[in-house]
Amino acid sequence: MTDISKEAMMPSRSFLSQDAIQVFYRLLAALLICAVLAVLSDSFLSLGNILNVLRQASLTFFIASGLTLVVLTAGLDLSVGANVALSACIAGTVIHKTGSPALGILTGLACGGIVGLLNGIMVTALRIPSFIATYGMLWVLNGLTYWYMAGETLHGFPAGFRQIGSGYLFGLPIPVYLLLVFLGIGTLFAQRTIWGQEIYAIGANPVAARLSGIPVARRLLLVYAVSGTMAGLASIIFLSRLNSAEADIGESLTLPAIAAVLIGGTSLFGGVGTVFGTFIGALILTLVLNGMNLLSVSANWQPLVTGIIVILAVWLDMKTRRRAQ
Amino acid sequence: MREAAVVSQPNPLQRIPGVAIVLVLLIALFSAIAPGFLSVANLSNVLVQSTILTMLALPMTLIIMTEGLDLSMGAVLTLTSLCVAIVSLATKSMLLGLGAGLLVGAAFGFANGWLVAIVGIPPFVATLGTLGMAQGLSLIVSDGQSVVGIPHSVRDIYSATLLGVPVPIVMALVTYAAFHGLLYHTRFGTYIFALGGNREALRYAGLSPNKLLIAVYAIGGAMAGIAGLLMTARMNSGHPTAGLGLEFDAIAAVAVGGTSFERGNGWLLGTLLGVIAVGVLRNGLNLISMPSSVQVASVGVLVIVALFLDGLRSRA
Repeated sequence: MTDISKEAMMPSRSFLSQDAIQVFYRLLAALLICAVLAVLSDSFLSLGNILNVLRQASLTFFIASGLTLVVLTAGLDLSVGANVALSACIAGTVIHKTGSPALGILTGLACGGIVGLLNGIMVTALRIPSFIATYGMLWVLNGLTYWYMAGETLHGFPAGFRQIGSGYLFGLPIPVYLLLVFLGIGTLFAQRTIWGQEIYAIGANPVAARLSGIPVARRLLLVYAVSGTMAGLASIIFLSRLNSAEADIGESLTLPAIAAVLIGGTSLFGGVGTVFGTFIGALILTLVLNGMNLLSVSANWQPLVTGIIVILAVWLDMKTRRRAQ
Repeated sequence: MREAAVVSQPNPLQRIPGVAIVLVLLIALFSAIAPGFLSVANLSNVLVQSTILTMLALPMTLIIMTEGLDLSMGAVLTLTSLCVAIVSLATKSMLLGLGAGLLVGAAFGFANGWLVAIVGIPPFVATLGTLGMAQGLSLIVSDGQSVVGIPHSVRDIYSATLLGVPVPIVMALVTYAAFHGLLYHTRFGTYIFALGGNREALRYAGLSPNKLLIAVYAIGGAMAGIAGLLMTARMNSGHPTAGLGLEFDAIAAVAVGGTSFERGNGWLLGTLLGVIAVGVLRNGLNLISMPSSVQVASVGVLVIVALFLDGLRSRA
């Protein structure tokens, strides 16, 4: 049993060095984009813009980090954007009703987590393929959110609560600190804990993982619940940053989050990728969209560019891996 | 080859109950609780409104039979609807508008097929990427505005009748007949069964599974083009978000209709009944004044239940 278990762990260990190379390439790409933008636009290198990019990237990263774990198991969570919208609307209502931000934050995280758990149950107990289960969930959540909000907008939250998304600490936006914290936690969890390594093993070879005694269903439940909870966290940041909640805030969030994961080098086929790569992915995507903004390209172009980037990222990833084999 | 097709067709007796029961239950439910549901005017309204969905759900059945998926269909429909609107507005010709819609739709379908078959990207991600692209192009070509002032020749398609039958229903029936013939009575149809069931067999038979797969996705895109004409005619305008999310209703109809996501078998009549079931569900909820948000959530639940039952059957 222990022999098999070791073998199942092997791929993730041996990929670490390759992961480092992949992350290095992506950092280079990010720097290259920075250089191009610095030449093309005078305002790119201003402190305000750079902080703006970081804050924007952190929002994408929160959603994408949980999603990374799901993709590592060869699954997908298409419901994250809709989950952010529902969690934000419910958390916003709780803050309005009780006046307590702490209670609102807890509710938002819990709502996200419960949705994630339901996704996990559909994937493990009901054995529905993850992309279709979470796609169904997307529409259920959309419907629930629109019904719950009935066209209303929630706005005006306590000043203390708004600090989370729009405040600064030592000159840096608070979401950037949260980004660093969750980047650290995510990386440690994935690379340095047994559970994290088991997640890699499940993605690399689910049969081997099961045979070596990994409780696959429980780990998958955990992964989807984490993805949902991170969507809940993102909803809090959104709520606090926008100082308002509407039913449609999640609609443009899913594709960028998936793009960040894929640009970051996490393979759709599972078992390969890092949370840090996803951070770089979020940064690259944000830089591109920010650059378009600075060069006054209409926001109408964003879905087109994001779609092209998703396909290019998967294509490049498959090409490099095929060569590596 | 013919025999293979016959064998892989699901036993109708095994299948009819599922979707038929759902449909009968929904009709019984709304007859009881929704005033005016059973009127001839309302029922024919349900059928006319289901025609666009039929045009998407039939090719979606073929795509799902190949163990694929097309999430871009709603966004491509939106784009083709805009193309029909813009071109017919500029040229005053319905046929040129339809041609433009067909061309753009087929191009997107071809791109989907190419990404899935040749590049090897999993279908749900490849078509998610093209979804973003079609959505973006819709916003760009329309500049986020509605396209109004559509010629009468386009508008009249939705309201005209042929021998007393609304033209959209005639179009849907012709489409169904064409798909039925294609899937059950041509070699190409047999190959589609093989694409989901046994791709190796195709290769041994000297055929190219990749080309066939591209053809299946391209048919899906072209159908979105034809549906785009109906959409523009129905709304009497082109709108940059008109068809978004419609692929979900199509997937729902296919899933409820008993086509499996994992076993490469499909049933077109089941899909047709599934389309009507989705139409009845939305219409009935509408009649009892449920907001469209509840309709969306209900369709979501319908899909998850159908997939759960499908999973149970595949394990049985």
